[in-house]
Amino acid sequence: MRAPPERFRNLRAALRLWGETLRALGRSPGAVIGGVLFGLIIAASLFFPWVYTIDPLAQDLLARLAPPFWQEGGSLAHPLGTDNLGRDVLVRILYGSRVSLMVGFASVLVACGAGIALGLVSGYYGGRADSLIMRLADVFMAYPFMLLTISVIAVLGNSIFNLILVLGLSDWVTYARTIRGSVLSIKEKEFVLAAKSAGTCHHTILMRHVFPNVLSPILVLGTVRVANIIIWESGLSFLGMGVPPPMPTWGRMLAEGRVYIMDSWWLVTLPGLAIMLTILSINLLGDGLRDALDPRLRNIPR
Amino acid sequence: MVELLEVRRLVKHFPVRRGFLGRQTATVHAVDDVSFSLGENETLGLVGESGCGKSTTGFSILRLIEPTSGEVRFRGQNILALDKERMRGLRRHMQIVFQDPFGSLNPRLTVERIIEEPLLNYETIGGSGRRERVAEALELVGLLPEHMRRFPHEFSGGQRQRICVARALVLRPSLVVGDEPVSALDVSVRAQVLNLMVKLQRRLNLSYLFISHDLAVIRYVSHRVGVMYLGQIVELAEAKTLYARPLHPYTRALLSAVPVPDPRRGRTRILLKGDVPSPMNPPAGCRFHPRCPEMMPPCREHPPLMRIAAAGHIVRCHLYDGGEPWNPIPAACNGSAAQHSTAGGTL
Repeated sequence: MRAPPERFRNLRAALRLWGETLRALGRSPGAVIGGVLFGLIIAASLFFPWVYTIDPLAQDLLARLAPPFWQEGGSLAHPLGTDNLGRDVLVRILYGSRVSLMVGFASVLVACGAGIALGLVSGYYGGRADSLIMRLADVFMAYPFMLLTISVIAVLGNSIFNLILVLGLSDWVTYARTIRGSVLSIKEKEFVLAAKSAGTCHHTILMRHVFPNVLSPILVLGTVRVANIIIWESGLSFLGMGVPPPMPTWGRMLAEGRVYIMDSWWLVTLPGLAIMLTILSINLLGDGLRDALDPRLRNIPR
Repeated sequence: MVELLEVRRLVKHFPVRRGFLGRQTATVHAVDDVSFSLGENETLGLVGESGCGKSTTGFSILRLIEPTSGEVRFRGQNILALDKERMRGLRRHMQIVFQDPFGSLNPRLTVERIIEEPLLNYETIGGSGRRERVAEALELVGLLPEHMRRFPHEFSGGQRQRICVARALVLRPSLVVGDEPVSALDVSVRAQVLNLMVKLQRRLNLSYLFISHDLAVIRYVSHRVGVMYLGQIVELAEAKTLYARPLHPYTRALLSAVPVPDPRRGRTRILLKGDVPSPMNPPAGCRFHPRCPEMMPPCREHPPLMRIAAAGHIVRCHLYDGGEPWNPIPAACNGSAAQHSTAGGTL
């Protein structure tokens, strides 16, 4: 198939622009460490179940509460030990990572989508739409988020879909406000006036000139928010309001292991460590991204 | 003869809103009764201190901000009365070049996409035809067609301003408003861009409304010059006449402040006292009277009219009250102008 080359020229140009950001990202050691770690976590959660083929629900009742392999009594059959029902901890952590990452990313996507749309309209068109959206945002801000989540889950039942929806919708305000602020400053830029005097319609100005220029703060915010949502999801699972039972999640592993904390430390420590490493890697990446996207910080030698 | 652009009694007031309910507490008189005309192939320079309403005038003419009242006639048609669609159709004939070469180009678009945008809006030509026009526009302003694949941040300030000029000219407009187009540039680059604009004017039959605070720049490019003070034109004349024989006390003070590159030539500087009053609360009478070295009693109370002090030399000052009042509205004009003319010159 022969595609006309000009179709790809804009794409190539855009890639070149992002390439510069990536190079800047590569110069910050924190971002590299975070990125590599986060990449490993994603790769593990995606591919490990094919390599490490143990059923996360299978109970090995003879090997209940087995310690990790390096401790006395541990074995390589269950490298990170087993829980009180003899289920393998390693495979449960790996399956739990899928839940956490999926809820994290999907909720951020929902929140971003709603927040970007409302923020763009609010900031660009102003007036009544702006007042309406911002007052709605105030209402959401004033309502305690945990209470909202718990009551919605209690009414709708706890499924992974409801969880994503409620976490996403309770978080749109931050994005909408960030976007609105950036739009307000961008729309006063002379290139927007130039587009107006060149006869470009509002819709095109919004999508071509405003939106791409307000994207970078959202990218940074979204990254950091993934980490937040993962913590919230773990918290809700810990309280029994998260993803429903047979599916292993980090939060519920913590909750179930709590009883055995005195003699089986690995039941709470290891899922906790998984949460910590994931959050750490995402935050390192987010910090690096913020510096890389801010042209004022880009060329400062460290 | 119908002039390319006629501006009549243009007024722009910005409301100042404060407090919880956003009540209007004051009004900024950014532009107050500005009239001038601009012929084909002509450059009118608007000069004045910052905050005197030069840029607001330029933006109002293109309806980038909506003026409060007045008329802007483009080839005889009052564009302030046009609806959205017809205004959009007219925009292709009038373009603008901004001051800040870093803020006026979208950093996320290549030069090609920046310059082709006006073409996309007004002309139905295919991709290759568009690229040709973009290359043509780049060559016109002294850049290379290869440059179209680059991003704005890969250019210097002067080159960026050339890109802005290329974007303004790609639709082949007849009027270009230059809002301080060279003020942000280094002196050497400034001369290049100015020469480019002058050269292009001859080649493409352009009319410029050239806004600047720099008297030397204005003198270099303009055929006629309007001096603005606190939202009003105080003197309007041929460039040569204005620089040789300034009539308004404000213009004289401005010109006496220009450095002369000859240390032996003595000069008398007219030093103005005080600051420019706030446009939120302009002085009664003549707006310049609190600072005027030649203030007379009537200046405190009666705003002066624009009067013809000499042939083609119009001044807003009581010193020239002997001259004929200047009426920017020709007698043979349609109805909408009539009500303005009866409103008198006592704004």
